[in-house]
Parts: sequence; structure tokens; C-alpha cells
Amino acid sequence: MSEVWTLAEQHKGQLKSISFELLARGRKLADNLNEKLSSVILGSNINNESLQELILRGADKVYLVEDPTLEHFLVEPYSNIVEYLINKYHPDILIAGATTLGRTLMPYVAIKVNTGLTADCTELEIEELTGNLLQIRPAIGGNILATIKTPKHRPQMATVRPKSIAIPERIEGRQGEILKIDVPSELLKSRTEILGARNAVDEAMGLEDADKIVAGGRGLKKSDNFNLIKELAELLSAAVGASRETVDRGWISYPHQVGLTGKTVSPKLYMAIGISGAIQHLAGMKTSENIVAINNDPDAQIFQVADFGIVGDLFEIVPAIIEELRKRKDS
Amino acid sequence: MYNPMNIIVPIKQVPETGNVKIDEEKGTIVREGVESIINPLDLYAIEIALQLKEEHGGSVKVISMGPKNAEKAIREAISMGCDDGFLVSDRAFAGSDTWATSYALSKAIEKIGQFDLVITGVRATDGDTGQVGPGISAFLDLPLATYTSGIKEIKNGHIIIERLTEEGYETLKLPIPCLLTVVKEISYPRLPTLRGKQNARSKEIPVWGPDDMGVDRSLVGLDGSPVRVVKITRPKVTRNGKIFDTNKGIGTKDAVIELMKFLKEKELI
Repeated sequence: MSEVWTLAEQHKGQLKSISFELLARGRKLADNLNEKLSSVILGSNINNESLQELILRGADKVYLVEDPTLEHFLVEPYSNIVEYLINKYHPDILIAGATTLGRTLMPYVAIKVNTGLTADCTELEIEELTGNLLQIRPAIGGNILATIKTPKHRPQMATVRPKSIAIPERIEGRQGEILKIDVPSELLKSRTEILGARNAVDEAMGLEDADKIVAGGRGLKKSDNFNLIKELAELLSAAVGASRETVDRGWISYPHQVGLTGKTVSPKLYMAIGISGAIQHLAGMKTSENIVAINNDPDAQIFQVADFGIVGDLFEIVPAIIEELRKRKDS
Repeated sequence: MYNPMNIIVPIKQVPETGNVKIDEEKGTIVREGVESIINPLDLYAIEIALQLKEEHGGSVKVISMGPKNAEKAIREAISMGCDDGFLVSDRAFAGSDTWATSYALSKAIEKIGQFDLVITGVRATDGDTGQVGPGISAFLDLPLATYTSGIKEIKNGHIIIERLTEEGYETLKLPIPCLLTVVKEISYPRLPTLRGKQNARSKEIPVWGPDDMGVDRSLVGLDGSPVRVVKITRPKVTRNGKIFDTNKGIGTKDAVIELMKFLKEKELI
């Protein structure tokens, strides 16, 4: 029987949240097709509890490939192994996160196994008559939603935006099997070497994973005024985002940039301050759950996508918000 | 040390966003009559390639796959300082997905011949897949680094780079030749120069079809593409949110109180 596969991701042996988000997508597809749902995980010394967690949250099987050389993601061994597993087990569908790993590994593997791949999907469905995977994704700066399918090639491959679905509930006592797979050692070879990794102190690194983002734009007028954004962000436990213009002017570093040439985010709260809402910016944030806009121009495009907006001087409004939040914290 | 870098930069011509038309039947982008530019993220690839050439010697060649008028993007790249350009263009390529595009471009790179680096932008702003860079590296079996944010060293047939990940930065050492996809952090693109513009005007841009590159026609175009667009819809942007205008009756203080109510109601504070 064919299977639906999700590609789990780990960092230092701990599973990342995308691994569980994918189970929510995969479970729906597998149930629809009446197939088994399996997670594939590559790494070294992976915490056993987190493997069980995959089963409790929806996986029927876990394919585990462990080797010290797999601790860090490197394209060659990872793709060799995923290709090996695909050729051995012939999954019907393979989905992965649209993360830096997924968006590197999946296109490489898709070529090697000669199949199609759809990037950055926001919805996955099964076509009723054919059982084909319908892959729905925004394109052209979010101006269109395209439904894509892979009619003849298998597996059908797609990456899915992180944080675009809730992690499924765990079901205590849920059963499944963990299969430890030994792979031929030549698959572990890599021409590329990892020399080191440093966690960036820059708070913008987690921007795509942040629940809340406070973002500043040209309306801040100068670099120093980003302190207002940072102060508000801290009070809300939010990450700091920025429009392209502020990055181009050197007010804040590139990892903070949200939009077409920056990051795509989808937090629970996106607060746009002094951002007019150019289409390029909207492309990076308009799928946010709640959007709050503060801008002095009532015609600014950002208000079109806002759930809540204040028209006015941000240099009056933001300090007032900060004061109000402080008061609430103290009381 | 003289360590010439011969670099190939695949670029894409994209429509200016906000000005996009879709062929509802084919689900492809209508490019006729739409203002086109070099994919903004490819400019960073061109820039870093030019910097490496300036430092190490060598050459920078650009290739693009697209309609005949994609020649404009190639000439623009030459006006920035690239040495040569090649256009992959033929009816047979129309409708190619990322698999077929990666295949065709990898054949074009093979035809150009010897090189040290292939550098691409991290993705194009229209298709937004980021799949063609890794796809080319898979077809050509080249070592790959994606999201490259800096080049640290080129020495003894190796290149050491930094790349961005969710956790921070990673340092990788790759043998040359290899393929890098680069993010904006790597450089700041230069403007075309007068000399470059003159060079771009007079340069001959060879146009290659499938037969010039030994491309199997059944593997490109709509029919050669594993994925197919079956439907296009236009999502609505307007959310009809509550907007309070402090120039029209409501004071800053009250507007902020309304905001607090909103945040509380949505369980955001």
C-alpha cells in the first residue's frame, strides 16, 4: 500500500515544530486516500521521546535514519538518503516544510527522482475523482492563488509554509512503528563540509516563526526611531520587522525585512507602523491572522488589509500604546 | 594569487509586480505588453559575481530562458559589467515548470562549457519557487549552497561561504565548481555604467533552441513538465477592518483604548 510521507526536521536531536505541523496536513491527506502516514527523519542521536511524539500526533510509521554525519543538514547525503528511501518504498506523496532545509533539499531530490515539486503551498487537498494531490500556493507577490497538480509523476512533492497550520493534538496511547533504516555508507558522503554554525544574536532570525511581529517603515523618519518599534515589540513579546525602504536606508539589518525580497511571515499579530503597504510588502505579510496598521495617511494601502487601524501621528500613538501596555503590566 | 573565477549567472526576466496578467486558460503569465525587469533578487547574484571577477580575474556570463525580449534583461546585466550573455529561447520551452527550466538551463550551462561557479538569486519574485537554482545543481551534480549570505575565502580549489538558516549562520566549505544561491545580504547591486551600456548595445547575444543544446524536446515545455497549473484564482485583499482616524473626532487616547480592546478580544495581550 502506498503512503503519504512528511519530512520531519531536527536541530541538535530535537524535532522542530514544522515536523508536527506537517502531520496535520499529512493526516488529512492520508485519511482521504485511506493510506498510511509516515514521517521521515534524518539526524544523529535523535531524542526518542520526540519520535514517539510524531506517532502520538498522527504518524503511523517513522522512518529513522541516524548517523553522526547526519547531525547537520548537508544537501548531498540528505538527498541521497531521501532518494534511496523513495526508490525503496515508493510513497505517493512527500511533503516538507518550506524552510531553508526543505526549500534546498526538495528541489534537489525532485530532480534526482524525476518528479514535480510545488513550493510554499498554503493548502493541500485531494482531488476527488483522481486521488491526485492538489497543491495550492500564492504566486506573483500574492496576487494570485494557483492550484497545481502532478498528474503522472510520483511521488507528488510539495513544501508547505511553516506556521500555516496548528500542531495536531496528541492522542495518548496512539500506536505506530519506528523503523530504523540502515543505508549504504556511500550515501553518507558529502563533497561539502560544514565548518561551523553560529546562532545569530540578531532577534530577526526567528522572524518567520514569531507569533507576533511589530514592523516599522519609512514613517519612522530616521534610524533612531526604530527604538520605538523595538520597545513596543519587547512589551508585546514580538519580533521586529521592517519594510524594504528602511533596510535600504540602513536603519535596520536585512534579516528584519518583510516582503517580496525579504521574508514571508504569517504571525497571529502583525503590527505595521509607518508602513504604507506597497504591494511588495503586502506580499510578505498579508496572510497574517490579525493585522494592525498605524499610519498618518488615511489612503495608505496598508489599511485595506488591516483588521484594525489608527490614522494619525505614530510619534503620538506609539508612545501612548507603550504607556498603556506598561500600565497594564504593572497593575 | 591569480585565481581566475569564471562565473555563470542564470537570470530571469520578471514582470513588474502589481502589473500582472494571467492567461486563465493556460494558467501562465502573459508577458506581452507588460513592463519587464531583471528579477530583483538576481541583481545580487550579478553583483557578487562581478566583485569576485574584479578580485580574482575571470569572467561573468549571464544566461536567461524566456521569450525573445528577455534579451533586454541580458543586455542590462552586460551594462552592469557582465562579459557575455546567452538567451535560451524557443517555442518548445513555453510553459516549462521548474523541473523543465532547470533541465534546459543546465544544458545551456554545459554548452557554455568550463566554469568555476554558478551563482543564482535565491528565487524569482514572480514564480517565487526558489527551485531552479537547486534544480540546476542537481542536474549538473554540482555541490550546492543555498541562502548564501557571504563569501569568506576562495583558495586551493575550494570556496568557503556563510549561509542563512532559521537558527543563524552556517559556514560551509565547497569544492569548485559548485553552485550558490545568494540572498540580498551578500552585496549591494551596482548601477549600469556608460561603458557597460555601450558594450551591451554592441554585444551579440546568441539565441539557443533545444537542438543547439542537445535538449530532449519531450522534456521541456508544458508537456515535459511534471507539474501543471490547473486553476488560478485571485484572492481578495480587503479585510474591511475597523479604522479610527485621529483627525476625525477620536483622540489618540481613545483610539489606543480601542486598540487594547481589539488586542484583548483576539487574545493577543
